[in-house]
Amino acid sequence: MSELSTWITVNGLSTWIAVILYIVLAPVLGGLIAGIDRIISARMQGRVGPPLLQPFYDVFKLRNKQNMVVNKHQKFYILCFLIFVIITGSIFFAGGDLLLAIFALTLASIFLIIAAYSTNSPYAYIGAEREMLQMMAYEPMVILSVVGMYMVTKSFNSLDIALYDQPLLFSLPGIFLGFLFILTIKFRKSPFDISMSHHAHQEIVRGVITEFSGSELAMVEIAHWYENVFLLGMVCLFFASSPVIGIVLALVVYFLEIFIDNNSSRLKWQFTLGSAWIVALVLGVGNIAYLAFR
Amino acid sequence: MNTVQFLVLFPVIVAILLLVIRQQTFRKLLVAASTVILTGASIYLIVQYFNSGAVYFAFGSHLLDLGIFILEVVLAVVIALLSLKHRQYLAVLLMLIGAALTVWFELTYGNQIHTTYNLFVDNLSLIMALIIGIIGSLIALFAVGYMKDYHHHHENIKNRSSFFFFIVYVFLGAMYGLVFANNLMWLYFFWEITTFCSFFLIGYSKDETAIKNAFKALKMNLLGGVGFSGAIILLFTQAHTVELNQLSGLASTVVLLPVALLAFAGLTKSAQMPFSSWLLGAMVAPTPVSALLHSSTMVKAGVYLIIRLSPVFAFVDGGSMVGLFVALVGAVTFLLTSCMAISQVDAKRVLAYSTIANLGLIVVCAGIGTYELVWAAIMLVIFHAIAKSLLFLSVGTVEHHLGGRVIELMDGLITKMPKVAIGMVIGIAGMFLAPFGMLISKWAAIEGLVAANPILTVFVAFGSAATLFFWTKWLGKLIMIKEKPADFTAKVPGTEAFTLGSLAILTVAICLLFPLISKYSLEPFIASVYGQTYLLSQSNVAILLMMMVLVLVLPLRLLTYRGLNYKPQYLAGTNVKEKEKFYGSLGVTQEVSMKSLYLNTIFGEAKLFPLGVAACIILIVVMIGVVML
Repeated sequence: MSELSTWITVNGLSTWIAVILYIVLAPVLGGLIAGIDRIISARMQGRVGPPLLQPFYDVFKLRNKQNMVVNKHQKFYILCFLIFVIITGSIFFAGGDLLLAIFALTLASIFLIIAAYSTNSPYAYIGAEREMLQMMAYEPMVILSVVGMYMVTKSFNSLDIALYDQPLLFSLPGIFLGFLFILTIKFRKSPFDISMSHHAHQEIVRGVITEFSGSELAMVEIAHWYENVFLLGMVCLFFASSPVIGIVLALVVYFLEIFIDNNSSRLKWQFTLGSAWIVALVLGVGNIAYLAFR
Repeated sequence: MNTVQFLVLFPVIVAILLLVIRQQTFRKLLVAASTVILTGASIYLIVQYFNSGAVYFAFGSHLLDLGIFILEVVLAVVIALLSLKHRQYLAVLLMLIGAALTVWFELTYGNQIHTTYNLFVDNLSLIMALIIGIIGSLIALFAVGYMKDYHHHHENIKNRSSFFFFIVYVFLGAMYGLVFANNLMWLYFFWEITTFCSFFLIGYSKDETAIKNAFKALKMNLLGGVGFSGAIILLFTQAHTVELNQLSGLASTVVLLPVALLAFAGLTKSAQMPFSSWLLGAMVAPTPVSALLHSSTMVKAGVYLIIRLSPVFAFVDGGSMVGLFVALVGAVTFLLTSCMAISQVDAKRVLAYSTIANLGLIVVCAGIGTYELVWAAIMLVIFHAIAKSLLFLSVGTVEHHLGGRVIELMDGLITKMPKVAIGMVIGIAGMFLAPFGMLISKWAAIEGLVAANPILTVFVAFGSAATLFFWTKWLGKLIMIKEKPADFTAKVPGTEAFTLGSLAILTVAICLLFPLISKYSLEPFIASVYGQTYLLSQSNVAILLMMMVLVLVLPLRLLTYRGLNYKPQYLAGTNVKEKEKFYGSLGVTQEVSMKSLYLNTIFGEAKLFPLGVAACIILIVVMIGVVML
């Protein structure tokens, strides 16, 4: 997807085409990544694993389930969650302002959180609070990443950053590592999957999404596919000057996340918050200070 | 008499009428009428001056100066006597030092001071005037119904409502004077009046904590006042001027120390650390006071002054060093108070901390003072004034119906008091969420700071993360869908409902109209001061407005849901028939109860507050020290 979008933007095609391609292709790509994730995870655990297209089968099956809700507001909030995740990715792949994209993603996450709150269910409630803890944990590093990208490229636009002629990775090594760290939280991987595990291997009641079933759950799943493609796009930016390497980098990063996921068990939220902030302080701020006083 | 003078004098006349005639119906009518008149006059002022750039008025005479001087001395004596009566010797001392400086200055230099322009109007004062006119009078209107309820709920407190309204309107007049004053001595006069008004209103209930906190606020603001009068004396003895518009043209050797002292005064008034405790203590006052003085207007006087100083930080040699220290105080305050807001259970204290934090962010922007950041600072002032007054007043209304203002009580407010809850949701969203107002300015702040001083963005990044946490958990509590208790009824007084509704509509309207405000009001102002201006990127504005429209239109989807299969929430398979209850161990029926995280061990006041106080005292001392050397 990101290769395609880079190609489109480089060739000066309309941003609308990029947006439409993102909307159409991101869930396909995201679903495939989820399928590969499940196969690799299974192999790491010595299982065969589901077929590659299993995530799509799951989502289609969910679409046909009975529509059970605690109240109708939760349905509405989930819809908003999906819409604003799509807007986030669209801003990003259209070459727009990175800060704006991140703020749109924050808005989306808040819709997911209040959807959980609105159900008035203790399991969802605890999940929602932990989701907020996660947001608080990763937010500084995300903003610092964008700040770092601006300091090198003098632009907040993802297009200008992608077209910058040097690989950002070499000027932003600390920020890249910091971003990788919080990516584990954003991908909902162990040891930081405190609000819900992406795979139901550690819990029966799934935190923030406890009360969502049927088509709502399908929407949440699809939103995560969109989100993951956006996040991998962010990773590509660190090596966008040569897109092929950028994509390889994103794939390696994702493999690394699967590896971490399967080799660690969940830690307490105190550790998530503390370690994410310390990483942001040391790697993120250190990198920014180096760039500022260079 | 022109509109500027009318706006200063009219509230004072209303104040006197309200003091003399104590009947509730009369009060209601007069406050309603003056709301219309003040709003109208503020808008008329904008029609008169909005295209004319800065306009200066020579208005004034020695007689008037003398009158101001005498009034200052009389007020000083009254306050000093009051402090003496309550054995607040530090307050007496500070009052005496301030008065002594003023009297000495007046007697020594009184007849040498010649000012060309005493008053002026430019786009920044127009914006401030509109905030004071609309928000200020709406809050006064709210107070009419609120104070009646207040005395109904607090029968042991002596009803001094007419005095209350007298002070509120005197305060409004003083605020107008403050934003139109070009003569720093006049500005100082109005500045001190806002301090005294705040003092009287915090101590309104006259119980022990109220009096203690009133004096705390008085002392801290008087300390700032001493800095202010010191600045005037230095400025006049070294540069022979007391006019605000002259500051950025002066040589750095004469202007830096006075400006540092003025910034110090601004920091005290806008409750930056180490002076934040007075604003937190001020939350004992009736809620309209918190909304009026301690969030939307008086504390804005502090940041207003710092914004006025920002050209000095930007243009005068060595000014950027002073500005950097001011910005650092703001940055530390923003970060730490945002974190401490997480640990607060009382809704008003959450709002107080968030107010201090937002003022901190404004101080950061104004302290660095580049054109982009001044744009962000003024936008923050506008959005914050509206959204925060809405939140404060909503909490006031909710408090009277739920019997408390702890956030935990507001579970499922959306089913109990849907209209007020929606107003609060708008206010909260306005405070931190894209595409609403505060976020637009925060965004501009980050963009401006990266260009000017990237290290400061670190404070904003961490502070914003904390902001997300405490607002979202409150938001979540409000929108929980719960069964409404059968015995719950809520009757909101008409004046309160009108104010809350207007403020909610205003919040949304400003978010939709901000590109126009920026284009027609802010950009010309900033261009005239800085020679260049911040231009919003068209495509970003389009995306923001699109998101805004989506957020407003999407709720219509709620009307279209049909044929849903409703099930109770998951309680580990042991729900009983009534929702929100389950079979606990030993067969006892338990009610579901959920409490939020306050993370007191990490973000508690006990740890962070002293840290901030120490850091900011060092920063301020170093700032003054650097300038003096």
